[in-house]
Amino acid sequence: MKLEVNGTAMAVDAPGDMPLLWVLRDFLHLTGTKYGCGIAQCGACTVHLDGEPVRSCVTPLAMAAGRKVTTIEGLSAAGDHPVQQAWTELDVVQCGYCQSGQIMSAAALLAAKARPTDADIDAALSGNLCRCGTYQRVRAAVHRAAELAAKAGDA
Amino acid sequence: MNAVTLSRRDFLAAGAVLGGLVIAFFVPGARRFALAQPAPAPLPPPNAFLRIGTDDTMTVLLARSEMGQGVWTTLPMLIAEELDADWTRIRVEHAPAAPAYAHTAFGVQMTGGSTSTWSEFDRYRQAGALARALLIAAAAERFGVAASDCGTKDGAVICGNDRARYGELAAAAAKLAPPATITLKNPKDWKIIGKATRRLDTPEKVTGRAQFGIDVHFDGLLSAVVARPPVFGGKVLSFDAAAARAVPGVRDVVQVPTGVAVVADHFWAAKLGRDALAVTWDAGPNAGLDSGRLREEFRDLAMSPGAVAARAGDAAAALASSAKVLTAEYAVPYLAHAAMEPLNCAVRIAPGKCEIWTGTQFQGVDQQVAAAITGLKPEQVEIHTLFLGGGFGRRATPTSDFVSEAVQVAKAAGKPVKTVWTREDDTRGGYYRPAYLHRLRVGLDAGGMPAAWAHTIVGQSIAVGTPFESMMIRDGVDALSVEGVADSPYLKEVAHHLVDLHSPRTGVPVLWWRSVGHSHTAFAMESMIDELAAAARRDPVQYRRTLLAQHPRHLGVLELAAERAGWGSKLPEGRARGIAVHESFGSWVAQVAEVSVENGRIRVHRVVCAIDCGIAVNPDGVAAQVESAVAYALSAALAGRIDFRDGRPQQSNFHDYPVLRLDEMPRVEVHIVPSTERPGGVGEPGVPPVAPAVANAVFALTGRRLRELPLQI
Repeated sequence: MKLEVNGTAMAVDAPGDMPLLWVLRDFLHLTGTKYGCGIAQCGACTVHLDGEPVRSCVTPLAMAAGRKVTTIEGLSAAGDHPVQQAWTELDVVQCGYCQSGQIMSAAALLAAKARPTDADIDAALSGNLCRCGTYQRVRAAVHRAAELAAKAGDA
Repeated sequence: MNAVTLSRRDFLAAGAVLGGLVIAFFVPGARRFALAQPAPAPLPPPNAFLRIGTDDTMTVLLARSEMGQGVWTTLPMLIAEELDADWTRIRVEHAPAAPAYAHTAFGVQMTGGSTSTWSEFDRYRQAGALARALLIAAAAERFGVAASDCGTKDGAVICGNDRARYGELAAAAAKLAPPATITLKNPKDWKIIGKATRRLDTPEKVTGRAQFGIDVHFDGLLSAVVARPPVFGGKVLSFDAAAARAVPGVRDVVQVPTGVAVVADHFWAAKLGRDALAVTWDAGPNAGLDSGRLREEFRDLAMSPGAVAARAGDAAAALASSAKVLTAEYAVPYLAHAAMEPLNCAVRIAPGKCEIWTGTQFQGVDQQVAAAITGLKPEQVEIHTLFLGGGFGRRATPTSDFVSEAVQVAKAAGKPVKTVWTREDDTRGGYYRPAYLHRLRVGLDAGGMPAAWAHTIVGQSIAVGTPFESMMIRDGVDALSVEGVADSPYLKEVAHHLVDLHSPRTGVPVLWWRSVGHSHTAFAMESMIDELAAAARRDPVQYRRTLLAQHPRHLGVLELAAERAGWGSKLPEGRARGIAVHESFGSWVAQVAEVSVENGRIRVHRVVCAIDCGIAVNPDGVAAQVESAVAYALSAALAGRIDFRDGRPQQSNFHDYPVLRLDEMPRVEVHIVPSTERPGGVGEPGVPPVAPAVANAVFALTGRRLRELPLQI
């Protein structure tokens, strides 16, 4: 099975019905993408498939074949995507386990809508659970990331 | 000034680890809270808390585990403060499992009870101060001046125009005899402690580089998923592994004491193999367990006298002569911790050595348990602590359940194995916050103040049958079951009171869950106080103010939260406020919740929090922990419950064990009471007041008193 992961063409010898999550984690050792529930209830496994956020725990490998997968490891080369910068600035993370998924959902939202409203954030991120309850900072950081991205765009 | 005398045997400034200075010593005498403590342990062997590399890196070894609460940043702040370190050169590692890292109050290496900051407040500062003294001594020799002429700043020793970086001095410092005394900074000179400081683990955690237990990988490591009995206490009668073995990637199927493990090349194969496994179970003695029936049993028990936890005067007589008596029953269900990272543990057993990779709160116990299983000595068990994807108490089991099982799996498979729990396994795996029932009868005097208080608590003991039993249980009373009631400041104002306890056994494994006993006692107490205020037709804040007049730290947070919330000011139609105040883990928290009821559901819009945690080492970390506590407690207040039918837990995953989502998160404001008192706990104290504050707000809004969690309108 062939797919492109973080800009690199990959061939994976795994069955087509295997969830993309476990291909990423156990075959490609890209462990930034997390397992939380296995049934698309928590969002910890969120990756981008051709730029769209998907829950990789319920995305069969076959569905990713021939397409572009972006994981947290590939979001930015230097860890300085506006979302990552905003997360750092506002000290969002606690245990950190859900944060790859939060960040991937937030990045996809900003790619689709440069200046999201609170309602947009609710819609895009309410599927990403966080047991440390970082939600208030997640919300603030999405707004901050939008500002940072706008500034970078102006520069 | 805090001069600390050190004897020679108290520490060892050992030589050239990484060619630098190793600071290692033991400082006895940490502050202890009211919980009964074991006798002081003999001095542990010295070990390192700080390594200064010749490249100027300052590596802080963490005796406590990072599980989101921020010790990765807080404990280094303590060292860096006294060391005058260059903060940008601080690196952090989890310490190995070793006696030197035993908890200063509990005597075993562990993380829990909101103790990490206060219990290490001295030891980590002293480590920094000792290193600084040695570096100054080395510099004084090099410069040919007196040590007293040298100062330190930003990771360097400075004397006049001479300046030497710590890295340059580390090797020389390591050869010096340590000073007899060290002096800690006067708090007024602190530059780091008390200053909002960004987390040091953020760069790894926003890029996916952070390694959690579940991320461990090395050549030859297999994955296992275990089939466990559907009922606690059940056993394997027989199993047919043919279909499991036929799954591509499955390498082995082995029986272990807790069930049957399917071992495979990767998680997915192990999971499919486990699904294909046919196991016949003996359900065991708990197959009849039923939440409804259990509730009735608890209710019956509450009608009879239990073991006495607190008593003053004659509560029965005083009730009989009270002007008015209020009777109420409060109940809370079993709860799963539901950390985002499902339980997991990787194990490699080799001759004379057992290595464990996991996120654990209980290295000291894990080491003992793994040693017993493998026949090794504890020191032959090496524990690599990874980041914990949440703990909340679940990763601190006195039985080391998930570590013990993983060691059994690796031993049975004869290969290195990472045992991973599915979310369903994790939710149904027990070690729950126990269900509790409180029955209260409170007599009011003519002025509406409580004059008699009879309070019976029913619920499983967490400590019974564990190594903590002798520490926690006295005269038949588990302190963890009655904390927050037996020691309540309100009861001190009630001349006639009786608190008693029944600790029935149910077969359900139970455990501490963020804020432990306070998670139910604060709900009962703070709701009841609100009931009394309503019965007395008094304002809830004013009523508490009267009762708490002799408790300045309770009062302090009460007043602060009320003021910042605008208590008494008008709210939009359809909204109301409720308040609660509670002390736990050495800190005081008051919260005002602002709620509405929309479409038959309680919605919490805003929670104003005031916390008095003594010195706030990292104020932004304190704020983050209180925000976190509000979210965690709201999940339990509004939705969390594990029910049993035919002995089987009915919930399995986030669809039927819902937790708070982003669109349900209220605005949380955290106000920290300025204080020069020693630090208290921070991770848990924000939890207890949430449920009663919300319930009290619902009462204010609707006139309905909700006495059961999760709150349902």
